[in-house]
Amino acid sequence: MRDVASERDVDRPGTTERVVTLDVNGRSYTLRLDTRVTLLDALRDRLGLTGTKKGCDQGACGACTVHLDGRRVLACLTLAAQAEGRAITTIEGVAGTEGPHPVQRAFMDHDGFQCGFCTPGQIMSAVALMAEGRAGSDEEIREFMSGNLCRCGAYPNIVAAVREAASGGGYDAHL
Amino acid sequence: MRTFEYVRATDTQEVVRMLAEDPSASCLAGGTTQLDLMKDGVLEPPTLIDITRLPLHGIERRGESLHVGALATMEELAADSTVAERLPVVREALLLGASVQLRNMATIGGNLLQRTRCRYFRDPAVLECNKRAPGTGCAAVQGAARMHAVLGVNENCIALHASDLAVALVALDAVVHIQGLSGRRTVPLTEFYVTADESPERENVLEHAELITEVEIPLPPPSARSGYLKVRDRVSYEFALTSAAVVLVVEDGTIRQARVGLGGVGSKPWRAYEAEHVLTGAPATSATFQDASEATMRDAWTVPGTAFKVPLARRTLVRELQTVSGVTA
Repeated sequence: MRDVASERDVDRPGTTERVVTLDVNGRSYTLRLDTRVTLLDALRDRLGLTGTKKGCDQGACGACTVHLDGRRVLACLTLAAQAEGRAITTIEGVAGTEGPHPVQRAFMDHDGFQCGFCTPGQIMSAVALMAEGRAGSDEEIREFMSGNLCRCGAYPNIVAAVREAASGGGYDAHL
Repeated sequence: MRTFEYVRATDTQEVVRMLAEDPSASCLAGGTTQLDLMKDGVLEPPTLIDITRLPLHGIERRGESLHVGALATMEELAADSTVAERLPVVREALLLGASVQLRNMATIGGNLLQRTRCRYFRDPAVLECNKRAPGTGCAAVQGAARMHAVLGVNENCIALHASDLAVALVALDAVVHIQGLSGRRTVPLTEFYVTADESPERENVLEHAELITEVEIPLPPPSARSGYLKVRDRVSYEFALTSAAVVLVVEDGTIRQARVGLGGVGSKPWRAYEAEHVLTGAPATSATFQDASEATMRDAWTVPGTAFKVPLARRTLVRELQTVSGVTA
């Protein structure tokens, strides 16, 4: 990959660049980065993982949601350097070898999107929400998905998709 | 964003020393305020010390106190079993704040030190801001003030302290543990903050070369009941217009102990001592709650955009006193 640092790259203390090794979806990438580079920009612009979206870039919309050590966080307010040594999972890493993740499939089945821009963040949030045990009711789903905004207003279908994915039903037929 | 040198710290004393040697260095924890303000050009530290790997993450109960490491996240504290059993007011304040993503990032120490959401403070193109540039005035006083404070403010600054958690913690008499160059000190959270009418530019008593290491929360008596009510423009994921943190011990219909914090109204998380005086020893009735609420907000300094907060804060307090006590009559 064009931006991956060569073996000769070493960290240069006292500068505003830094060599950062990121563990993304089970693969290790070593990059020389300006210290200002966020995890979001490193994923999109340096690793070509453009599934993670840049919406507001100020921590308000949730489009950049990724998992850091299994917990959902905002990649726009995380420096790439801060993510070093942590397991990063992006939308590109949630599907298994047998096809889409059940949450991805449920979003397709329920039309959980219109323009689709917020969808990767919605799905990353929903996958985490299920692991957190917070999909017990529509009310709970709405509350704990509230950090992901959808300007198209696909919320009813998003809630329906998350509810179905959490119930574990309705997928075998599609596999 | 201005360029900066990134330093990853592993030792608390080392951080304090680095801060002492560099008056312009800043610390980075969860980043939800710090990076946001750096992107906006409000903060431009030439050196950023990443403190997230310091060993300050633990949450531990010792006797009748909960010791919360400064780097514990909001989600971690909300999930703590002692918080669930003994500190509902803290759990509710945490879970009503921000979003899960932000709560997985934001730390308890950082939450206490969060900067105001005032849109004029956050926009460097606005020249009038006594908090950002002392002596320049306050654009909010003549501007679109709605998410602004009415207590501990005057014409020089009406910036709100937007933390929900801190409102619960001032009601609980939490104590901040601080490490400096010459050792440790503790400051009650009620004495930690500086109001905007005292000094818009200085928000708390933390010195530059000091670090919050822990927040100690004394547990209320087992018979106490507590809760947090947040009133806002959206059902979820929004800052408070007004809020109330209430801790009550009621025996045989009489209020034995009362602790009240008010949010959405102060330039600091507001402890409502005057309401506590009315409540303590009085019968737990709606009439008492009404009297207690009338005792609050008397020193409010409002502009047209914030005048609604005076009656709203009082009603918020009455409602939460009713909810926590179970008394609606």
